[in-house]
Amino acid sequence: MRRYILHRLALLVPTLVLVSMLVFGLQQLLPGDPALALAGEQRDPQVIEFIRHRYHLDQPLPVQYLLWICSVLQGDLGESIRIQRPVLDLVAEKLPVTIELTLFAMVIALGIGIPAGVLAAVKRGTGWDILANAVALWGLSTPNFWLGILLILLFSVELGWLPASGFVSPAESLGRNLATLIMPAFVLGNAIAAVVMRHTRSSMLQALRSDYVRTARAKGLSELRVILRHALPNALQPVITLGALEFGGLLSGAVLTEQVFTIPGFGKLIVDAVFNRDYAVVQGVVLVTATFYTLLNLAADVLYAVVNPRLRS
Amino acid sequence: MSPALIELQLVFRRVARRRPALVGLIVILLFVLVAALAPLLAPGDPILQNYAAIRKPPSAAHFLGTDELGRDLLSRIIWGARASLMAGIVSVSLALSLGVPLGLLAGYAGGKLEAVVMRLIDAALAIPFLILAIAMATFLGPSLNNAMLAIGLSATPVFARLTRGQVLSAKHEDYVEAARALGNPPWRIALRHILPNVLPPILVQSTLAIAGAIIAEAALSFLGLGQQPPQPSWGSMLNAARGFLSQAPWLAIAPGAAIFVVVLAFNMFGDGLRDALDPRDR
Repeated sequence: MRRYILHRLALLVPTLVLVSMLVFGLQQLLPGDPALALAGEQRDPQVIEFIRHRYHLDQPLPVQYLLWICSVLQGDLGESIRIQRPVLDLVAEKLPVTIELTLFAMVIALGIGIPAGVLAAVKRGTGWDILANAVALWGLSTPNFWLGILLILLFSVELGWLPASGFVSPAESLGRNLATLIMPAFVLGNAIAAVVMRHTRSSMLQALRSDYVRTARAKGLSELRVILRHALPNALQPVITLGALEFGGLLSGAVLTEQVFTIPGFGKLIVDAVFNRDYAVVQGVVLVTATFYTLLNLAADVLYAVVNPRLRS
Repeated sequence: MSPALIELQLVFRRVARRRPALVGLIVILLFVLVAALAPLLAPGDPILQNYAAIRKPPSAAHFLGTDELGRDLLSRIIWGARASLMAGIVSVSLALSLGVPLGLLAGYAGGKLEAVVMRLIDAALAIPFLILAIAMATFLGPSLNNAMLAIGLSATPVFARLTRGQVLSAKHEDYVEAARALGNPPWRIALRHILPNVLPPILVQSTLAIAGAIIAEAALSFLGLGQQPPQPSWGSMLNAARGFLSQAPWLAIAPGAAIFVVVLAFNMFGDGLRDALDPRDR
């Protein structure tokens, strides 16, 4: 067990180094002179020269990378060209909003996905199964930015029940915080619910066919008890790993969802940076997202090993 | 008939037996037809502005209404199919042509080469797909071609990992051992003996990846990173519609519905194909 965790930790380092290289490499995709691109509207040769020097663009590529990664490791992710603030500050400011949104979305995804998956497996081949699968297919195929627009049309424009956009911090008013987040969280959770449902269904079907479930039934336990106490806990193990993997989908989805609902989070930060060609912010956000996601996957794998006795030796 | 053709026919029959898959396939064919025949099918010019008919609701003259510049929405939807179809096909082809050889190489060669390729793939997969595509498209600059390049590159690691996994399990099969014993060179074994046998799951993944690429193109266009105005794209049409939700809700319905139907069709067909190719099902 300890060896497994150490092995996973050892793999973390090369992965993160390569991630940082990929993120650094994004700069190489800029067409033409990067100093010119970074200068934006500015065409003053002195400014361009300053930028070239400031970002070490006059140095060879490996040196540029080393200088960049050294400052990143010291917490310096560069500065936003547009609002002249450190990228790290911007990220730290926006991250809590997105974390609240994604956690809320995850609760919705698991709350819909797990019961629907169990129901579909237990009632395999019936109308319930078909309905759950149809809903999952719908969830996977609906672009979340469109679903967001449709919900705004219905609940904000037509019915006037919920605010169409904006964000109220939970410290200010919890009720209004939830009112601003319920639609975006549902939009975001909806697609993940479909994935969770499909996985729960297939691992539940496997569990229901297993020997321990047959034994539990033979003991004369009620079907409900067999399903909830014997089959479900085993069937949920792969869902843990899946949940962590799907966080990547949630973070991707948050970019568009926050744009649709004008929520000042992480996604909105990257979109605003995209519009303003604020390259340092884009790089910083991608790097933080990838690091966060990698650590989360590591945590999920370790957790999976902890709950799964077969992996313990 | 060659064995490959017979196999293909069998697969097609199994897919056709599943109604959702068949419906998906028919919708996909219709979508391709609409994109190909856009100039013939569109009732009007998709970029012709008409200030006398701004934001008109659906009517006999404009079946789906007109947009904020008086352009015919139906014509824009029909022409917009081209950007979606292109994005789906081009970016997945790119991901396939990079990812499959990479996975084949890593899985078959093993050793240090495999370790390096796999670490690279892990690193690329650590960046969520859409965020990577958005970041790449930002640096490349906004255009449909760059969006397709960004989507294709972002989708590559999935294909590399899938191919490698398949190769690892096929590598020790008897037919590969037999080919090796006969003295076939490694590249021939990889291309002629392993590749055809690992293709089915790659095919399924490609179908589902097209669905993902179409959504990604719409998302990038929605953010202004894909198809540039005035050329129509379903994603950018949705973005424009956001500004007029209370005055002209129809602007937001049709482009989103178009994305939804096409993506649903690819997902239904992909699911059916997966079931049809599943050996346990025979």
